Amino acid sequence: MNLAVRDIRHNSGRFVFTTLGIGLLLMIVMGMGGIYRGLIYEATLLVDRVGADLWVVQGGTRGPFAEVSRISASLEDRVRAVPGVANARRFVSHTIQRVHQGRPLRMVVQGLSWPEDRGGWIPLVAGRALRQAHYEMIADLSLHLPLGEKVRLGKDVYEVVGHTRGMVGTSGDGLTFFTVSDALAIQSDVPGEAVRLERAARRARLEDIEIGRLQPLLLDRAAGPSGSIPALSKPQVSAVLVTLQPGADAAAVRATLSNWPDISVFSTQEQKDLLLSGMVDKAKRQLGLFRVLLIIISTIIIALIIYTLTLDKIRDIALLKLIGARNGVIGGLILQQSLLMGAFGYALAWVIGQFTFPHFPRLVVVERSDLMSLGFIVLVISTLASLLGIWKALRVEPNTVLSA
Amino acid sequence: MSAPAVEVQHLRKVYGSGHTEVVAIRDASLTIARGEIVGMLGPSGSGKSTILTAMALINPPTSGQVMIGGAAVLDGPKALVDLRAFRRQHLGFVFQKANLIPFLTALENVQIALEVNDTAPKAARARAMELLDYLGVGERAGNLPVALSGGEQQRVAVARALANNPSLILADEPTAALDSQRGRQVMELFAKVAHERNAGVLVVTHDHRTLDVFDRIVDVEDGMIHERPPSQPVQSS
Repeated sequence: MNLAVRDIRHNSGRFVFTTLGIGLLLMIVMGMGGIYRGLIYEATLLVDRVGADLWVVQGGTRGPFAEVSRISASLEDRVRAVPGVANARRFVSHTIQRVHQGRPLRMVVQGLSWPEDRGGWIPLVAGRALRQAHYEMIADLSLHLPLGEKVRLGKDVYEVVGHTRGMVGTSGDGLTFFTVSDALAIQSDVPGEAVRLERAARRARLEDIEIGRLQPLLLDRAAGPSGSIPALSKPQVSAVLVTLQPGADAAAVRATLSNWPDISVFSTQEQKDLLLSGMVDKAKRQLGLFRVLLIIISTIIIALIIYTLTLDKIRDIALLKLIGARNGVIGGLILQQSLLMGAFGYALAWVIGQFTFPHFPRLVVVERSDLMSLGFIVLVISTLASLLGIWKALRVEPNTVLSA
Repeated sequence: MSAPAVEVQHLRKVYGSGHTEVVAIRDASLTIARGEIVGMLGPSGSGKSTILTAMALINPPTSGQVMIGGAAVLDGPKALVDLRAFRRQHLGFVFQKANLIPFLTALENVQIALEVNDTAPKAARARAMELLDYLGVGERAGNLPVALSGGEQQRVAVARALANNPSLILADEPTAALDSQRGRQVMELFAKVAHERNAGVLVVTHDHRTLDVFDRIVDVEDGMIHERPPSQPVQSS
């Protein structure tokens, strides 16, 4: 006869409400683990999907995911000339926040190296890849930009032609894909007045030196568009992505590139490690601490409820002892109740999580291994929580049943 | 000739020590044969319950011996056997309150006494049902204690006490919470159990209306047991 189940049935109201509370706590524990997994997934998503073997970034920096990296767009051509390199693409990535239709629109702008890269590697759930060098964009569904939507970014208007799902940056903002030139135009966009002031400033600086005073045509050139001034460099990109030829010696290619003093070279795994050891690592520790606290709270709640349930049964336990029940029967009653509370709470957490996690603003990824780990933790804390009740029950004297 | 259901010799129980010493039992000796029902009377504080709990192996005496079914069980405070195991195999208890486990049905309250004594669940269930039928509450087997009347609860408690065919049944004021009619029914039930099932039954009671059911009556006063002569008429003490 299972005494634990019968007692729970008798105290079903208290058991249900306590289990519901435990379930919600465990759901938060489960969700926090899922948020951490989601952070890792989101942080490494782009690095994984973009399909580069090597990342060439500004010398002395750790690349665009760790800090600002600026390299000349022409580096792409230099890299292509290295033996073993099949392809090199410019990579631009930056986050912008604009207002669209009266609401803030925050997105990660990714540049595709048109025309070699039209976004064929991007997993589209609707629409198509880029077909022209300008004014088209692919947007993640999390940005709530329907296909065909026109979005003004800077001085230009871009049409949404494709959709991705779940492609977000390390901060959870949806990814958008443009050609590199459009991405740079968005990045370097400044108001017309700022352009006019900059041109005037250039003219004034030139007038202060002799060559400017002697060469009036130079003054006219300096006051013109920056793109027509040979002395000014072209806009810079964040990195160059290298794809190696099949069977190429990655170490040899990397050694060659590493000899160039103006750049640093990282493998894809190193870029992921840099991401994970930075922002994600702190988030991991933060979430981990919260999880530990919540697990401790859950343990205390289960322990207190089991203890009070035991106190309610003191006379029954004394009676069981009087009629000769072994300690195992009494301890088993309390332990089983604790385990059932933990198990039902865990199951409830999983069920509620299935419905609520998809509505969280950040991606929540609950992996099977995490579920199993949490299940084991619940088993342990339920056992620990029962100890107080068992201790109390084992101290009860059988003659307690004779007291009024 | 079979061994007595219980035999206690020169029981003495002292609580505290020095100036706070209280002698609850001075020198109590009593033998109850199998198939005999004995009533124990005495004023409050006379030591009845202390004697009963010593015989129930839950409150060992300071000195004296307790033998149950011919087996030496207690020598003063020293246990000579595993007391909890001995209780479940040889003793049955009924109290002023039925003390049924509230989350178990009447049937399960009897069944649990059998299962803790290693009876298989199916056999325990059948035996529990048989006992409830024997005591006239079989039709209430599926009810929780809260749904039973006081008399029905006490009958279930008696069934539980009988579950493992004990050689000794100890009852502490089992009719105190019952009306006179129900109280008499329960006392007659004890007598029936003693005579039909060959168990020794000791009943501590204040209910003088039912003393005629006892085979023998003992009085407890100042921690000592006095045998009441068989010829002495039953009267209030």
